[in-house]
Amino acid sequence: MRKLPTFPGGGVHPHDHKGLANQVPIRNAPVPATATLPMHQHMGAPAECLVQAGDSVREGMLIGKATGPFSANVHSSIPGKVKEISELYLPNGIRSKAVVVEFEGEFDRSGKSSEAVAWKEAVPEDLLGVIRECGIVGLGGATFPTPIKFSVREGTRVEFFVVNGVECEPFLCADHRLLLEKTQELLTGIEIVRRILNPDRVVIGIEANKPDAIEALRTAVRERQLDFRVTALKVKYPQGDEKQLLKSLTGREVPSGGLPLDIGAVVSNAGTVFAIYEAVVLRKPLIERIVTVTGPVLARPGNFKVRLGTPVGALIEECGGFTEPPGKLVAGGPMMGFAMADLDQPVTKGTSGILALSRGQSRAFPETPCIGCGRCIAACPFGLSPTVLYKWIDHGEYEEALAAGLMDCKECGCCAYVCPARIPLVQGMKLGKFMSRKKKG
Amino acid sequence: MEELKHVRITTSPHLHEGSTTGRIMLSVIVCLLPAGAWGVLTFGIYSLYVLLASVAAAVLTELVIARALGRFTLNDWSAVLTGLLVGYNMPPSVPLYIPVVASVFAIAVVKMTFGGLGRNWMNPALAGRVFVTFSWTGFMTTWKPPLNWGTDATTAASVLGFVKSALADAQGVARGPVELLAQAGYPTSGLGTAGQGGAAGLLAPIARLFPPGYGDLFVGNVPGCIGEVSALLLILGSIYLFVKKIITWEIPVAYLGTFGVLVWVFAGRSFGAGFFSGDVLFHFFAGGLMLGALYMATDMVSSPLTRKGMLIFGIGVGFLTFLIRIYGSYPEGVSLAIIIMNMFVPMINRATGPVKFGLVKEGQS
Repeated sequence: MRKLPTFPGGGVHPHDHKGLANQVPIRNAPVPATATLPMHQHMGAPAECLVQAGDSVREGMLIGKATGPFSANVHSSIPGKVKEISELYLPNGIRSKAVVVEFEGEFDRSGKSSEAVAWKEAVPEDLLGVIRECGIVGLGGATFPTPIKFSVREGTRVEFFVVNGVECEPFLCADHRLLLEKTQELLTGIEIVRRILNPDRVVIGIEANKPDAIEALRTAVRERQLDFRVTALKVKYPQGDEKQLLKSLTGREVPSGGLPLDIGAVVSNAGTVFAIYEAVVLRKPLIERIVTVTGPVLARPGNFKVRLGTPVGALIEECGGFTEPPGKLVAGGPMMGFAMADLDQPVTKGTSGILALSRGQSRAFPETPCIGCGRCIAACPFGLSPTVLYKWIDHGEYEEALAAGLMDCKECGCCAYVCPARIPLVQGMKLGKFMSRKKKG
Repeated sequence: MEELKHVRITTSPHLHEGSTTGRIMLSVIVCLLPAGAWGVLTFGIYSLYVLLASVAAAVLTELVIARALGRFTLNDWSAVLTGLLVGYNMPPSVPLYIPVVASVFAIAVVKMTFGGLGRNWMNPALAGRVFVTFSWTGFMTTWKPPLNWGTDATTAASVLGFVKSALADAQGVARGPVELLAQAGYPTSGLGTAGQGGAAGLLAPIARLFPPGYGDLFVGNVPGCIGEVSALLLILGSIYLFVKKIITWEIPVAYLGTFGVLVWVFAGRSFGAGFFSGDVLFHFFAGGLMLGALYMATDMVSSPLTRKGMLIFGIGVGFLTFLIRIYGSYPEGVSLAIIIMNMFVPMINRATGPVKFGLVKEGQS
């Protein structure tokens, strides 16, 4: 058998736990009675709130306007009445204004057939405009505004457009189900992006633990006579990071502090491409996303098409509730997701999964001194020395930490995953970045 | 919310591979035990008291000092491991105050003075051993013959010491160390040739797989420190540590490789046999090489962080061990070689950092 490509340095192999939900087809989650829609659920500046308490909103109506290019529009996911404009802390620690909509009235679009828009004749600028209008951001978790990613300066050649179907986080299988069930829509989405970026090549990267998805895509690509390459990758975390994925697929390294475009590539998550398809072809703003709701303490884990703003508790209920009290609730995957303790937290654009870990899996271990085993260094895919960085940060020497490459850290968690001394290395890195930004003023 | 009362909030990652410092230390201790049990069987019950005294002294010292600092650190098992290694490095008939002093020195001076676990810049057990070796050189170089020899003598020369002094006296005409031992009438157990009862009999079939003279060395039927004599059991114990990645191949392979090649190239010259005729097998199994290469040079705290650094460290230890053993006046060399290289670890770490992602400009593919 040919050896499957992967990135060479670092990385870890956690048990993937995907079997809990990867055979469960995507279902529509129930329409929430109230949807909480934060204005700041993307990277960049928060959107400007356009509604007030008491206003009536329609499904898909613009309620938050992007405050610049590095921001994103927010739309109402349900029709209804604005109950209040509240403020809340999201699991990632961001404090955001949020529009709370109470469900009322009729759907304008759901359940109604809409005519497909003829996008093939549209000019790239108009397509990009639609994507901006619809508030599309990267759905892999980083929520980077997609229009910025796709705004390639004239004269820059895009060699690769890479579709990220890696989904390297354990437990999660939302992208897996999407690749499998929405294969045709996804390919159309890629064709739309190809029209915008005009890349030399299109590559779809999928880890080898999703053989059915790889097969489905290859078949569909063949049938539609497209020249997209579907590459199976050796399973290794964090291959879904765009820099590592590009290393795996092209052998090139994005320069430190640089962007994929520096090596002629643009990477988008499969979920994002599907959202682009819906935006351009169905004129549907980003008001829904696929979410894996899983974990060993859930009765029936599954994958759902969820309206943004749906409270997490409603999804847990849809999975049959807890079989035993969970030890941790996580928004996102277990390696990079954010712990939360509130079932009222809304699903946002960046929520790829809701994870309920058992108490055994969440046991706290005391932190012991670093014994210099070097495992964190061997595990770091970015060639950093987490133990050294941590010591600098612990001693308040942020300049030294920056010089040692702190900003190259993606907080993927490989270092803390292997640390036998149970040192909260990722927490240290986050603190270091926060403090050095603060010092810079 | 009743069902969320156990929910914890921490930063990511929310999964862990499962290892803890305590589990690592405990694994090393368990893997060391067979070799120690063999030492007790070979040298008698008194050697057990030596082991117990060293462990107890190490644990008590750590307990008292940590207590004074308002900490409790025994649950990481590192004090027990240090004490055990001190005991393994003691001759079987040593007066009990010597291992006690060695353990106290190891924990109090080498480890706790610098801040406890993870901060010591030298392997504490070896530093303790070297400290008492130079303080009570007589006791530390007096060896007890194995019980299996059935000799009435209360002391015996260690193989390495015997070979070294025979070579210094220039009386031998042998072509190698094993032949020299045989000619000089160095006692053997007959383990390799005849059947043997008792404890040694357990390992006799393995000993017989080796050429005459080597069997005793390999299974550990020779005078030496309590825990170092059985190369066989030390290697067996280390297999688990390799599988669990508690020790990685870099240090042992670089160490044994460098040492082996240098011995092969140069060690034969002392016997007038010219280059490329050194007895590698003899030097691998005699003395404390296996204990040093598998369990002490690989100590995580006092060895380098990266794989490249570990290779450099291993090569350095191998070279120094060779230098001391073959050309020094001291028959052993493992402990000194390791603690000398321990001192270079910060420098090695500085020079062998990992290569950062995105700094190497790749060619267009």
